[in-house]
Amino acid sequence: MLTRRTFLQSSAAAVLATSASRACADTPGVTDAEIKIGQTMPYSGPASAYGVIGRAETAYFKMINEQGGVNGRKINLISLDDGYSPPKTVEQARRLVEQEQVAFLFNTLGTPSNAAIRPYCNDNKIPQLFVATGAAMFSDPKHFPWTMGWQPNYQTEAKIFAQHILSTKPDAKIAALYQNDAFGKDYLIGLKEGLGDHAGMIIKEATYETSEPTVDSQVVTLQASGADVFLIAATPKFAAQAIRKAFDIGWTPERYMTDVSQSIASVMKPAGPEKSKGVITAVYGKDPTDARWKNDPGYKEYAAFVAKYMSAKDLIDANVVYGFGLGATMVQVLKQCGNDLSRENVMRQAANLKDLELPMLLPGIKINTSPEDYSPIRQEALASFNGASWEQFGELYMG
Amino acid sequence: MSEFLHQLASGLALGGVYAIMALALVMIYQATQLVNFAQGEMAMFSTYFAWKLMDMGWPYWRAFFATVAVSFIGGIVIERLIVRPFANAPVLASIIVFIGLALIFNALAGWLYGYSVVSFNTPFSGRSWFGNVYMSAHESGAVLVSLAVLALVYAFFRFTSLGLAMRAAAQNPTSSRLVGIRVGWMLALGWGLAAAIGAIAGMMAAPIVYLDPNMMGGVLIYAFAGAVLGGIDNPFGAAFGGFAVGVLENLMGAYVVGSETKLSVALAIIIGVLVWRPYGLFGRRLVARV
Amino acid sequence: MARADELARFATLAVFAAGLAFPFLASGYHIYQGAQTLIYAIALLGLNLLTGFNGQISLGHGAFFAIGAYGTAVLATKAGLPYWAAIPLASVVCFVAGFLFGFPALRFGGLYLALATFALAVATPQILAFKGFEGWTGGFQGVILTKPKPPFGLPLTGDQWLYLVCFFSAALLYWAARNLAKGRVGRALVAIRDHPIAAETMGVNAALYKTSCFGVSALYAGVAGGLSAIAVGFVSPESFGLALSLSFLVGVVIGGLASLGGVIFGALFIEFVPNIADQLTMSFGESAKALPGAIYGVLLILAMAAAPTGAAGALRMISKRAAGALGFR
Repeated sequence: MLTRRTFLQSSAAAVLATSASRACADTPGVTDAEIKIGQTMPYSGPASAYGVIGRAETAYFKMINEQGGVNGRKINLISLDDGYSPPKTVEQARRLVEQEQVAFLFNTLGTPSNAAIRPYCNDNKIPQLFVATGAAMFSDPKHFPWTMGWQPNYQTEAKIFAQHILSTKPDAKIAALYQNDAFGKDYLIGLKEGLGDHAGMIIKEATYETSEPTVDSQVVTLQASGADVFLIAATPKFAAQAIRKAFDIGWTPERYMTDVSQSIASVMKPAGPEKSKGVITAVYGKDPTDARWKNDPGYKEYAAFVAKYMSAKDLIDANVVYGFGLGATMVQVLKQCGNDLSRENVMRQAANLKDLELPMLLPGIKINTSPEDYSPIRQEALASFNGASWEQFGELYMG
Repeated sequence: MSEFLHQLASGLALGGVYAIMALALVMIYQATQLVNFAQGEMAMFSTYFAWKLMDMGWPYWRAFFATVAVSFIGGIVIERLIVRPFANAPVLASIIVFIGLALIFNALAGWLYGYSVVSFNTPFSGRSWFGNVYMSAHESGAVLVSLAVLALVYAFFRFTSLGLAMRAAAQNPTSSRLVGIRVGWMLALGWGLAAAIGAIAGMMAAPIVYLDPNMMGGVLIYAFAGAVLGGIDNPFGAAFGGFAVGVLENLMGAYVVGSETKLSVALAIIIGVLVWRPYGLFGRRLVARV
Repeated sequence: MARADELARFATLAVFAAGLAFPFLASGYHIYQGAQTLIYAIALLGLNLLTGFNGQISLGHGAFFAIGAYGTAVLATKAGLPYWAAIPLASVVCFVAGFLFGFPALRFGGLYLALATFALAVATPQILAFKGFEGWTGGFQGVILTKPKPPFGLPLTGDQWLYLVCFFSAALLYWAARNLAKGRVGRALVAIRDHPIAAETMGVNAALYKTSCFGVSALYAGVAGGLSAIAVGFVSPESFGLALSLSFLVGVVIGGLASLGGVIFGALFIEFVPNIADQLTMSFGESAKALPGAIYGVLLILAMAAAPTGAAGALRMISKRAAGALGFR
């Protein structure tokens, strides 16, 4: 029987239903059943080693979808290849936004790649979330409120090294080997800033290109300078070469290495565990090749994920651990969004992460963001390699 | 002085690898007048093959020789199946095919073995020879292997009838056919040899530069520079060029231009040599008669 | 023969009309892709003059593209020049660079030039990132450019205006290249390529023609680079690596050497085929994501097997056969 009450109730329900679906129509990429997000990754080209991050994230979302998705929605990650070429990144980003109609961009990789699309994203108010680069320029909410980083930025890490050098070896002579791109350069800048008035402690610098076969010659040059502290701002292959060569020519400086190269299987073992003893790095995540974490619940979660959704050789790949962490962070943001998946709210929630802990982050390290602080992970600990694993020492530094 | 010797030593060690690669490049050039841009990627792929064998438990030298043999066969197969069909096509078509081959090998290696850096065994481990600090045991061993390969190849071409047949086929295919030499198979053999030599280069390089799919990219450009410097139609000139480039690159980077412009040094070497002596230090002068 | 010419002219007009209508029919992203294709086509026109007509193999044209792009970026940001002044100026610089590079290139030919230009392509990003130039080039940070806006308040979107700028530049440069190729200069270039000694004997100043050809092809690459800089809005050393130079060579060969009309096929190939490789891997499952490079490589080899003289050569053959079958001569 159609009473006034039922009539009012049903019309109210009808109005709410249409306004809810209208809200969905205003938010591209979002339906009741799925949310579409996009990214570009270098699946081909010089940086193809990092393509596995995209694969890990796709696999992670597959796992989440099989567990029911987030708030009843499946996550559909569209990951396109940009070959690490900024013009291609711009093209693929536009394709994702304008053709595939994604809700936002997630963990796009590369410093020049992200620099190329940052104006586009900010002009069109598209969240450029958790960019896969540690360049300091991407944590700038005042000028670029739609772009946010994730990992501790390289300059911060170098400043932590500087702090440690100043407190343990105030009259050290520093030699720096760095990759000839934004990544390496950021380390040098951070180190100089961290040393402040003592920047003169850096007595010799040497660079290398990723297209060069080895850095042996550079290491020899740095040794000849007489330095007793060696900063290695190099990616895994070259870090391993640097450690080995320094040892082979009889040079025993205090070695500080970027966290990007902390993988035991890919760097310390090829260089030689004996030769790598004593190398210091900054850590924020658990190394999957470190026996210390064998029975750790967070590691077990990660290992189960890899066993089911990826292949065996991916277990030791630090990039897969990275993708795993990113996936978890994204899921948290989506959970916090609830049913409002508009771009504004996604950005707001991304800037509203409080004390988020992830399975593969070191104990004590938490993700925090705010509208003024776009650096989700700012804590790192120093660790020293003892021939078999990384031994943390000292307290957590806040960058 | 000590620094200079170090630079010299590490330049020679890697120079040996450049020398072998330059030799492989020249072998194919002499036979086909083409530069095989995929040589580096093929060598890298062979090295991964060896790595996989050792991963499965094979001892080093067995894996080494198995890889050389398989690479030899692989080179022949590639020549017959992929390079041969383009023998009558324009030169640039072959170059595109080589670029395609390089891309395929690179992506295949990444797909099969992942992109993480892996360590590669060396048969020359332990203490450095004579206790010197300038060259590690492996680096000394690598130089020795390079010289051995060069000597073997020289002996092969000079003293065996098969080597003679290959040289004839490369220099004068028409006359060779008339004498009964199967020129087509000589070409395939050349490719097989080059692939085998490349595999050795890769296995010598891997303990120094570490194995990952992009391992040989940088080596290839310096091998080119070495081949050009020594003379691209003279195998031993090219090998000398390889050693020279290895040393020059280190010395220039350390003392003259700084590490920031090392690649430009390779470029400058190539252009400089070509302008001054287009046929390289040891190449033969070609005079075209009107 | 007259009918073949008529057919060719008709085809050219049809392509021109289609290209002109395109930005008003397609969406923003596709217009942007169209602009990129035209940019590649301009670079390929230049490279084709050098490699197709004059037989000088260059594996390093990405370097001249980079000079055009950075030149435009620097002039636009540091000297405040508008793009329509910056691009021509930057391309003049490219002409000079190409002309100068052509001198040592005279001494060596064929394969050696290929190797030298290959080394140039590999060294380019390092040169661009060189500390000494950092004040101008911005080092690794690169340079951000503002995109051009339609002038005089025309009712066009930024994408459409950009496309039209690229389109008319391409048309103009195509017309210029065509005249060059069809006239005395073209004949001289081809003569130098096929019979260098005979050409010299006939009084053709090979050195001047070859170096000028290098300069002109560098100029074309420079214009393309400048347009690319304003299209993308960003230049950095990573944008101009070996892959770019190799893709130019691929484009010229796929389109057809010494075929100016063919460059459009080459440009379409290098713009869209890598995306196809992407799509194909998506259907092969996640582990195949590492394979776009391999698929692209396979496609290259197949394309060469199917048409070693490029798309233009294949078309010519097809149209000849068709004309023969239909009774035209």
